[in-house]
Amino acid sequence: MLLELAYILSAFLFILGLKRLGSPATAPAGNAMAAGAMLIAVVATLLDREVVSYAGIAGGLVGGALVGTVLARKVQMTAMPQLVAVFNGFGGGASALVASAELVRQAGMEPGIAAGIAAGVGILVGTVTFSGSVIAYGKLQGIVTQRPVLFPLQRVISFILFAGLVAGVILMAVGPADPRLVLAMAGAALLLGVLLVVPIGGADMPVVVSLLNSYSGLAASAAGFVLGNALLILAGALVGAAGLILTQLMCRAMNRSLANVAFGAFGGVDTTVGQDGPARTARSTTAEEAAPLLAHASRVAIIPGYGLAVAQAQHEVKKLVSNLRERDVEVYFAIHPVAGRMPGHMNVLLAEADISYDLLLDLEDANDQMPRTDVAIVVGANDVVNPEARNPASAIAGMPIVDVDRATTVIVIKRSLSTGFAGIDNPLFYKNRTMMLFADAKVAMGDLAREVREA
Amino acid sequence: MGVWLMGIYVFVLAMFVGFELIRKIPPTLHTPLMSGANAISGITLIGAILVVGEGSGGWVTALGIAAVVFATINVVGGFLVTDRMLRMFRRKD
Repeated sequence: MLLELAYILSAFLFILGLKRLGSPATAPAGNAMAAGAMLIAVVATLLDREVVSYAGIAGGLVGGALVGTVLARKVQMTAMPQLVAVFNGFGGGASALVASAELVRQAGMEPGIAAGIAAGVGILVGTVTFSGSVIAYGKLQGIVTQRPVLFPLQRVISFILFAGLVAGVILMAVGPADPRLVLAMAGAALLLGVLLVVPIGGADMPVVVSLLNSYSGLAASAAGFVLGNALLILAGALVGAAGLILTQLMCRAMNRSLANVAFGAFGGVDTTVGQDGPARTARSTTAEEAAPLLAHASRVAIIPGYGLAVAQAQHEVKKLVSNLRERDVEVYFAIHPVAGRMPGHMNVLLAEADISYDLLLDLEDANDQMPRTDVAIVVGANDVVNPEARNPASAIAGMPIVDVDRATTVIVIKRSLSTGFAGIDNPLFYKNRTMMLFADAKVAMGDLAREVREA
Repeated sequence: MGVWLMGIYVFVLAMFVGFELIRKIPPTLHTPLMSGANAISGITLIGAILVVGEGSGGWVTALGIAAVVFATINVVGGFLVTDRMLRMFRRKD
């Protein structure tokens, strides 16, 4: 009875905590509330009569807490997408292990249709989350190539694996629990997770990370069904919903369906078709030449992309913003939803550099401002500012973009004229009012900040 | 079937609550939201505790302990890193 009351309180606090995560002012309290809810649930469970053996639990809790603390404290902000992927993976893996353990415990007995399905789904989704997150981590960390990895029959193999796993779930539902079946399913699901994530390119990572986030919640729900535990079902469903919303937002921000992201393999092949038109020249500039433009502008926009994170240029950006604002230049950031490698990536990076979130505009607001903007600085972004998106024949047709070409002047900071992840040439670079500043983002931003102060 | 039906009620209603709560969250907070939500999915920890706690030994306990370790990393790391990020989101000047 006491346990149930504790779980109800915990569920209440999870929901309230999530609600408070919705505004920057209340978010830290919301997070603390959710953590408190977790603590209540864990302590109440430890005190439960059914828990009689504590040594293994204590060891696991201490070990896990140590690893978790070190990861959370030591990892750099620029590595946040990887870390989120890793945590997703651990959550999914834990749910798969719980479902597996429950089936092994019942070996030889009939779990029944409902429990069998729940356990099978828990193993399937949890394990796919685990191995998919490991690959996502590898891609984000640069261990696995960010380019889509494609090989013959990939989809066929994935489909066969998936069909086999569904058959496994049915076997679990109708037959006696069998540890060998658990092992086979875990193995197949591990492979499926790898196959589902390797063909997805780096620029589509925000979708993958959101989706894995959702899966980790759904796996927890499935584990809840296996154990008949309402709190697991509820908390898992909350997370599943959160991840699905983010996934949907990210897909919409690229005007692509989830299926297209999963199987479209953007950037795998060079999609630059017939660009043999008249030779185009991009106009190159230097920090010295560009700085006076900025210093004498009344409104400047900065459009950050993944390149900013790679170059770790956020603190240099902050310097530039401060120096511009000292000269009474209005500065704002245009944040594209899929800029970076996870939802909100740019916001976290800029927050780390102490840039107020008031300056960060979303796509719609930023595009309203663009025609009244003197200089737009594109730093480390490419596809999200590509005007080709307005061309119905283009591979990125219909993707909402930051309309930087509506600003009076555009400065693009980039190391070369190479294409973005979508593999599409960017006509923005060749426009009359575009100036290319070929440099590393960090160096360029530092130079601009200094030149603006001295201008 | 009663318990199962109840579980499905909880699942469906919680999905709705989740959708309603999260739909309105500003893009600025998407990353902390995701990592906070992820920490909540570590709730599977209590399932892991129950599995290990009954002390049946053998593979069940081994799998359960692995689950406790995984889930605890998820919970502790997730909440701490979310807190670390949220502390950076302050209105300045």
